[in-house]
Amino acid sequence: MPRIAVFISQRLVKAVFVVLAIAVFNFFLVHAAPGDPAAVMAGEAGAADAKFVEQLRQQFGLDRPLYEQLGTYMGKVVQADLGYSYRQQRPVFDLLMDRLPVTLSLTLTSFVLALIGGVALGTLAAMRAGTWSDTAITVVGLTAYATPIFWIGLMLILLFSVNLGWLPAFGTESIGAGYTGWAAFVDRLEHLVLPVVTLGLFYMAVYTRLTRASILEVRDMDFVKTARAKGLPEWRIVSVHILRNAILPVITVAGFQAGHLIGGSILIETVFALPGIGRLAFEAVLQRDYQVLLGIFLLTSVVVVIFNLLTDLIYSLVDPRIEVAP
Amino acid sequence: MMTVSNSNAPLLDVRNLTIDLPRGADRPHAVEDLTFTLERGEILCVVGESGSGKSMTAHAVMGLLPKAVKVSSGVLRHDGTDVLSLPESDQRALRGGRIAMIFQEPMTALNPLMRVGDQIDEVLRYHTTLDRAARRARVVDLLASVGLPEPDQLRRSYPFRLSGGQRQRVMIAMALAVEPDVLIADEPTTALDVTTQKQILELIRDIQAKRHMGVMFITHDFGVVAEIAHRVAVMQKGKLVEIGPAAEVLNRPQHPYTRQLIAAVPHLIEHREAFGADRKPVLTAEKVCKTFHIGGGFFTPGRTVVAGNQLSLTIRQGETVGLVGESGSGKSTLGRSIVGLIKPDSGRIMFEGVDLLSLSRTAFRPYRRHVQMVFQDPYASLNPRHTVGDIITQGPIAFGEDRGRALEKAKDLLKLVGLDASAAERFPHEFSGGQRQRISIARALALEPKLLIADEPVSALDVSVQAQVLDLLEDLRHRLNLSMLFITHDLRIAAQICDTIAVMQKGSIVEIGPARDVFGNPQHAYTRQLLDAIPGKGWSIPEDVMATGRHGAALRTSA
Repeated sequence: MPRIAVFISQRLVKAVFVVLAIAVFNFFLVHAAPGDPAAVMAGEAGAADAKFVEQLRQQFGLDRPLYEQLGTYMGKVVQADLGYSYRQQRPVFDLLMDRLPVTLSLTLTSFVLALIGGVALGTLAAMRAGTWSDTAITVVGLTAYATPIFWIGLMLILLFSVNLGWLPAFGTESIGAGYTGWAAFVDRLEHLVLPVVTLGLFYMAVYTRLTRASILEVRDMDFVKTARAKGLPEWRIVSVHILRNAILPVITVAGFQAGHLIGGSILIETVFALPGIGRLAFEAVLQRDYQVLLGIFLLTSVVVVIFNLLTDLIYSLVDPRIEVAP
Repeated sequence: MMTVSNSNAPLLDVRNLTIDLPRGADRPHAVEDLTFTLERGEILCVVGESGSGKSMTAHAVMGLLPKAVKVSSGVLRHDGTDVLSLPESDQRALRGGRIAMIFQEPMTALNPLMRVGDQIDEVLRYHTTLDRAARRARVVDLLASVGLPEPDQLRRSYPFRLSGGQRQRVMIAMALAVEPDVLIADEPTTALDVTTQKQILELIRDIQAKRHMGVMFITHDFGVVAEIAHRVAVMQKGKLVEIGPAAEVLNRPQHPYTRQLIAAVPHLIEHREAFGADRKPVLTAEKVCKTFHIGGGFFTPGRTVVAGNQLSLTIRQGETVGLVGESGSGKSTLGRSIVGLIKPDSGRIMFEGVDLLSLSRTAFRPYRRHVQMVFQDPYASLNPRHTVGDIITQGPIAFGEDRGRALEKAKDLLKLVGLDASAAERFPHEFSGGQRQRISIARALALEPKLLIADEPVSALDVSVQAQVLDLLEDLRHRLNLSMLFITHDLRIAAQICDTIAVMQKGSIVEIGPARDVFGNPQHAYTRQLLDAIPGKGWSIPEDVMATGRHGAALRTSA
């Protein structure tokens, strides 16, 4: 078996144990919070007598000892059954699958755009360090980084939706417009623009600063001087020699942020009223909807583990000095 | 791409070249009013200490000056063409095409993420019209021509897989890719071991003769100059102070600075008296073994490196033992084992009758003050946030000395190592490399050690500074009756300061004996190989220069 296959299979085996351990930890974490779904439901129903609450608890199995609940939960997780949400009256798995596309289309798009834009802008700034274009990029980046993300979202809505009327302000599609085919696709795209830009700006600022700093460090290294002495054109020196060496720290941070693709968009989903995982998580916390929360936690941890593995792989591809070691 | 060759004009013709440094530098010009020529088929050595402007000159020829540094006046002609007035694209064609350059540090001069073959291929891609297959064949040819084994496989290696010497060969192959007529070599052998240095020097001389190139060879080492130069230019503080044929400059130096530089060159055999073997041993190492395991995981075996194989040696009171060998031979490992920075696998290190290796950390502590170390890099070994006074007094205070008394003593020590007592209030960055090494020595002496381990204490310093620090160490050892383990890769330095020499190779001591015997009548083949590799053996420093230059010589005989 090639080295890389050994590496991936060994890491995947480890990942299973990591995810299971996280599941146990999550379980206790959720139960450590005060209150339980029965109490919340009873409170909402306005009939908060102890008997009713006790009855709900019995119904949900919340009266069993904690270790027994854990056993039941883990037994189901192993069978890929994430449980049933009594609040929403639907299996948790279906709920997640419903919400996932919305979140992923938002976070993945903004992540990729931010990465490309950030590296490009950072490179430009570093190569022109000290000039006005560097200053401009740095100032814009710093502003985007320092400004609260929901505020940027609100301002963009104000400008592009309210004043200019170019783009829709919230939701994933125009309700009741009855678009089909291409028109529906374009409609969905238009709904994505503002949230993606809002979320992407923040990430882009991070990558811009990181790339700029990293390039400034690499560009004075000896091998860059060698490349110049070889009489190579400037663009080749920058792209082949400088950027490739400078990109490693960016990959580290990108891999780290990619792990947050699921849970990192609560604010954006709230501002733009997008029915994504972030909103689901937020509601689940308020309602003490244990099953849904645990499902989201598990999904997030799986994504983090997968992206860690991917980052390590990309690292070893970019830098031959790093060998994949399980 | 090729310009019409005007064979009457010198290959390189530098006239009245002045290069400005940015404002706030320690002097206005990096290079001032520099005039010299480089002819076809000659090796011109440019010699000078760090900051003399020799590298700046090379970078100006290559058009590689840092942005803040500008040529303010003068002409730079290559084969009759004024290089400085050429448009950027023509300059690029010249760089790597007709003028090529190799650098000092082969470890960092290659792109770590690119296969070496691809790095050579790049030059061909931008300077020739060869197609892919032809370029590939040429890369293999080039690698073979610089003496690299299995060029077809080596082509696909990444730089980190190669040794320093191999990397420098790759650099040379890269520089030769499109048969340039000028090769600029900026200290190409300074970072290499002696035996590797010898091979690289031979390679450069060989290639130069074969291709009739002009080579501008920048170095600070007169041994190398004697080995390779046809003509020599000596630079000091940006000015050319002397230029002439090699035999002339080496044997009849005119300018005082040249004489001073030559006098500071460590020279091999001194008539050192045999050291009394009857003195009391301070430290005895017996069969010390250390093996390092590198890499590897639970299931995969890593590499093992034997850094110490049954090492035994004795250091007597007042004796300086030299530990010489090439990088990776295990000499630092032994030094660090004695100070307690590394725990050997087996063996004994006896210090005044106690086996240091058998002691626990706390039991070892009292002995730390008796064995002190001076490190190689004076820039990295002093804490930049602490004042010199703090640095020196920390040890004594940790051993219970009163703060005020420790500071008084620190000031005395600073005077002892030739610095002003006021240095105690300043920070390390305010001092030059040589001064910092003096501070390091003062720090080591603050604990009144019986044994000093000096790990390459002068290899990061310029020759003249090197000579001063060596003189200081020599002086101190006589004044304080200090025993010393002196670790170095430079046999000339070892010959100058050591009573006893231990030669190490691949973790073993292959030869040990009085300096005079080891250098005068080497027994082991490896010792002979090392001695043979010393650059400039055929040249001996002229007597009159010796007499004027070294004040240290007098000191040594009087002691």
